[in-house]
Amino acid sequence: MTVMTKLLGAATALAIGAGAAAAEPAVIFDLGGKFDKSFNEAAFNGAKRWADEFGSKFLEIELQSEAQREQALRRFAESGANPVITTGFAMSAPLAEVAPDYPDTTFVTIDGWVDAPNVLTIGFTEHEGSYLVGMLAAMASKTGTVGFIGGMDVPLIRKFACGYAQGAKAVNPDATVIANMTGTTPSAWNDPVKGSELTKAQISQGADVVYAAAGGTGVGVLQTAADENILSIGVDSNQNYLHPGKVLTSMLKRVDVAVYESMKAGDDLEGGKVEILGLADNGVGYAMDEYNAELISDEMSKAAEKAKAEIIAGDLTVHDYTSDDSCPALSF
Amino acid sequence: MDFLTLIQVLDSTIRLTTPLLLACLAGLYSERAGIFDIGLEGKMLAAAFFSAAVAYVSGSVWLGLGAGIVSSVVLSGLHGLASITFRGNQLISGLAVTMLAQGFTVLVAQDWFSQGGRTPSLSGGARFTGITLPFADTLAPVPFIGPIYAELISGHSILVYLAFALVPLTWWVLFRTRFGLRLRAVGENPAAVDTAGVSVTGLRFSAVIICGVLCGIAGAYLSTALQAGFVKEMTAGRGYIALAALIFAKWRPWHALWACLLFGLLQAIALRYQSINLGGIVIPVQVMDALPYILTVVILAGFVGKAIPPRAGGEPYVKER
Repeated sequence: MTVMTKLLGAATALAIGAGAAAAEPAVIFDLGGKFDKSFNEAAFNGAKRWADEFGSKFLEIELQSEAQREQALRRFAESGANPVITTGFAMSAPLAEVAPDYPDTTFVTIDGWVDAPNVLTIGFTEHEGSYLVGMLAAMASKTGTVGFIGGMDVPLIRKFACGYAQGAKAVNPDATVIANMTGTTPSAWNDPVKGSELTKAQISQGADVVYAAAGGTGVGVLQTAADENILSIGVDSNQNYLHPGKVLTSMLKRVDVAVYESMKAGDDLEGGKVEILGLADNGVGYAMDEYNAELISDEMSKAAEKAKAEIIAGDLTVHDYTSDDSCPALSF
Repeated sequence: MDFLTLIQVLDSTIRLTTPLLLACLAGLYSERAGIFDIGLEGKMLAAAFFSAAVAYVSGSVWLGLGAGIVSSVVLSGLHGLASITFRGNQLISGLAVTMLAQGFTVLVAQDWFSQGGRTPSLSGGARFTGITLPFADTLAPVPFIGPIYAELISGHSILVYLAFALVPLTWWVLFRTRFGLRLRAVGENPAAVDTAGVSVTGLRFSAVIICGVLCGIAGAYLSTALQAGFVKEMTAGRGYIALAALIFAKWRPWHALWACLLFGLLQAIALRYQSINLGGIVIPVQVMDALPYILTVVILAGFVGKAIPPRAGGEPYVKER
């Protein structure tokens, strides 16, 4: 009996050892789906870059429903994956519940907020990136009216909208900012038809630049903007290529960098911290490439670069909606 | 709200109503024949995908529309097979159809196009574009009537006009033809139809096939007319709102039109105004989004007349031996 126990114990230790040696990182993509051309796709690109560079593999799952969140976390943690990277603010609650049960696993939440010794919280200063694209939008606009279309109505998306509105008003104090949210359920991330209708509604109210921070819904926004011959602004990933010459720029949120760095750190990744990636470390920014080179004049990029330098230096503060749940430049 | 804004909101209403109306009429045929169909959503989704996929590959939107209709009819046939031939539970079969469509559209899309469960963007002849009705440009400057005709009535894709034309056609088929009489009878009292020597199975299958065709057009409208491509789960619950409209309309074609227009209008208003200020009381946009469901519950609860579904609805017909 004792021999048996020892044997079993040894076998378990071996299994754990083997698991730890080959600890693969895991990524959990949120409901928008891995290929949303936006937030989750950026996370996937980061993971893929890591896998290609180091010739390793990573575990992944695309969530299909709210109920899978906790299950997916536990499954990856139990299979010995480390670190377990989650994308999206909605993972905060399940992560807070699961993390204490697996003290040896390091979890990463991008956009979420979890206070636990083994959870690394990575956030972005989206309001600053949005501020810059807001400036570009107001400078590109001929009507003085710019639009914002958000996905699900959550504080994070309001943070985008608020930064955008501040940027637009900084360039043109008389600018009108129309902000709409697609909905209040997760399906708001995948409703391009509604995105289109919102864009048309904003165009009829005079908007000629529309910023979409709406995951898959944004595909409809960018499409309609291109059809109706106005400019749009993409989000998270560089979406300029989707409609060359029609997408003014994209507000980059380097989720890929966050995922890549977390995977690279591997077992050495430390939890219990909060990392905020901002303009200074290129965590956020605006996209410039051959598709939008003609749309952004030197004057525009100079103004944006100047504001960027001021924000980095601390001379210019962009109000963060999530800090006090209010926005000086926009009312929701 | 000025006149121009009103026109724009109504214009948006028409675009948003069309898929609801097509799906609602689809459900009308099916449910009038005694086959409950909560799989409208799934059939629309499948059709949305296949029409976009085939339109992209072939470059012809008409081939796309055909493919969408075929895929939707196949799913309808599956629903018919389960609930008519094998007398299964219609609600479960309908739900299965929806779940099947939600799964395989993304799977096939990923396999064919490797763009993460979506189709590439359609352009040119692979999309339905708005058609300008005759004299729209000449009439446009005329006050009042001009904008109504040029902005509101003209300029939609052909599927929109088709959807609205289907309302009187459906009424005529159901209430003025022999086929329609039998179709309604088979939903009320299939035994009587059987006694008269008419095939219950045949009638129910034809109703389910018509339902498939209409859902196919609805799906194609979403992905090739309203949008330029398929995105996963792009129907976003429209099949269920159509079902709610069907109950709201108490299974009658003209009422279905009004119900769908009402729900479309609610959506259009919700999209145009984030919150509505009614003399001091602010109605948040969420209320507008929820209104179709609330209204349906009110109707079902019997506050505004009674909504009585076809009597044999939901029950498989078993011939006595």
